[in-house]
Amino acid sequence: MSNVFDVQRASFDYEGIVALRDITLRVEGGQRVALVGANGSGKSTLLRLLDGLCFPSSGSVAVFGKAITPSTLQDDEFAFEFRKRVALVFQNPDVQLFNPTVFDEVAFGPLQLRLSREEILRRVGETMEFMGISQLKDRPPHRLSGGEKKRVALASALVLDPEVLLLDEPTSALDPKSQSQLIDLIQSWRSTSKTVVTATHQLDIVEDIADIVYIVQEGTIVGSGKPSEILGNSELLLRANLVHAHRHSHGGVVHSHPHSHRHSHHEHGHAHEHTHDEE
Amino acid sequence: MSRHFVEASLRGFARALSGAFASEQTAAKRGLLQSFDPRARIVSIFVLVLTVTLCRSISAVAVLFLLAIFIALTSRVSVSSLAKRVWLIVFGFTGLIALPALFITPGDELASLGPLIITVQGARTATLLILRVETAVTLTTALVLSTQWTQVLRGLRSLRIPAEIVTMLAMTHRYIFLLIESANQMFESRQSRMIGHLSSSEQRHMAVRTAGVLLNKSIDLSNDVYLAMQARGFRGDIRLLDDPRMRTIDVAAILATIAAASLGLWVGR
Repeated sequence: MSNVFDVQRASFDYEGIVALRDITLRVEGGQRVALVGANGSGKSTLLRLLDGLCFPSSGSVAVFGKAITPSTLQDDEFAFEFRKRVALVFQNPDVQLFNPTVFDEVAFGPLQLRLSREEILRRVGETMEFMGISQLKDRPPHRLSGGEKKRVALASALVLDPEVLLLDEPTSALDPKSQSQLIDLIQSWRSTSKTVVTATHQLDIVEDIADIVYIVQEGTIVGSGKPSEILGNSELLLRANLVHAHRHSHGGVVHSHPHSHRHSHHEHGHAHEHTHDEE
Repeated sequence: MSRHFVEASLRGFARALSGAFASEQTAAKRGLLQSFDPRARIVSIFVLVLTVTLCRSISAVAVLFLLAIFIALTSRVSVSSLAKRVWLIVFGFTGLIALPALFITPGDELASLGPLIITVQGARTATLLILRVETAVTLTTALVLSTQWTQVLRGLRSLRIPAEIVTMLAMTHRYIFLLIESANQMFESRQSRMIGHLSSSEQRHMAVRTAGVLLNKSIDLSNDVYLAMQARGFRGDIRLLDDPRMRTIDVAAILATIAAASLGLWVGR
């Protein structure tokens, strides 16, 4: 498989605060990767680094074998190629939806890539149809619901038909139905050559959206592996603040176990993984 | 001064702004202006406003005022909305500005209020000023209420207004809602944790702090929006999708307006 991203010992400081530290990561073409971490762990910054929106203060980031630096992105040819092949969906759709109508929003990317008018109209029409947002085309983004905004944000990236999709908390603020629709969509790319890197703190979607998981904690990668391995490693999840120790009693015996709110239909509203660290 | 003056002002501003921009209901109706291309509407209304400004005859401006009312009503703009949002307010403000002209313009005596003499020429000047402003604002209100903001932007773009200006207007409109919503939520959040009343000065301090927080938020937001634009290939040149050519009926509407405007100018010269 071809190498899409190659991050070597990358660190990033933001106004004196270390956001990422010594990150090493390789993403192969067609891989589905999840960057899992608690809020503020540095996942979003890592995605921005991969998308060339910020640059490492030390170390390097390469995409398709070429370093992403301010100077390489100054090169129009490389920048166009890069933006055509890699797309990022931001966590906050209000950041991404800056155009007056949904149609303009979806058309923005193809316009910047200087595609022909006919090609733009064709792509925008097809993408809106595919995402089920054709009826919203003349609506201003501020009048949309949270789920609709997310779908439009995703459409604005998909319209570029990118090889690599970077998704920042794609299911946050979505109702359960929209959430499962989105997961179905990501799953449908499994059979394609699309590379998908998803930043999330939701453990319950990891198995559905990823082949490999990286756990990010305080700006560093503290673990990686297949979803089943990672989700089975309670100690790692506890350390990365992705689950918490739940203390309760059974028949007068108090014990604690790692606890995450993964399955809302469960009787206790949590996944029971009893370790019986009885006290 | 009301104890909640600052807060009430902010809420009022938010309501007025939302109302002013939310012309979608009228714009979605079938009406005279709505049946033409937004570009034809913008050009025609601009020509009529220019004519009103240049017309010197009261009777010609009065005819144009009647025409403006006809355009507004046939474009499904309600009389009450025009009366409340345009005629009364314009009459109040312009009347205040025109009032001195009644007495200070030299000429023949029309009436006297004690030592103050109203002259014929003064009354004519004041009437012309008020009529002009009423007509121009009626026309622009009809345009704004019958045209979605996005169509106005597209129209401006098609009329070769620089893409940078159109994009700036579009983004201002897009994010002003978000910031107003944030400001309202901040006030509500404060309200939910407050017991008793704040004094006027405390209210003002709070408003200033809120403005500071909002400014910071808007700076962060603008940085993120810029990154989101870059992520989708933005390289500093604004590119917009131009609209197709206008229909014959739209061109005819513009020509008819120019003809009517020329006639109005000739009669009212």
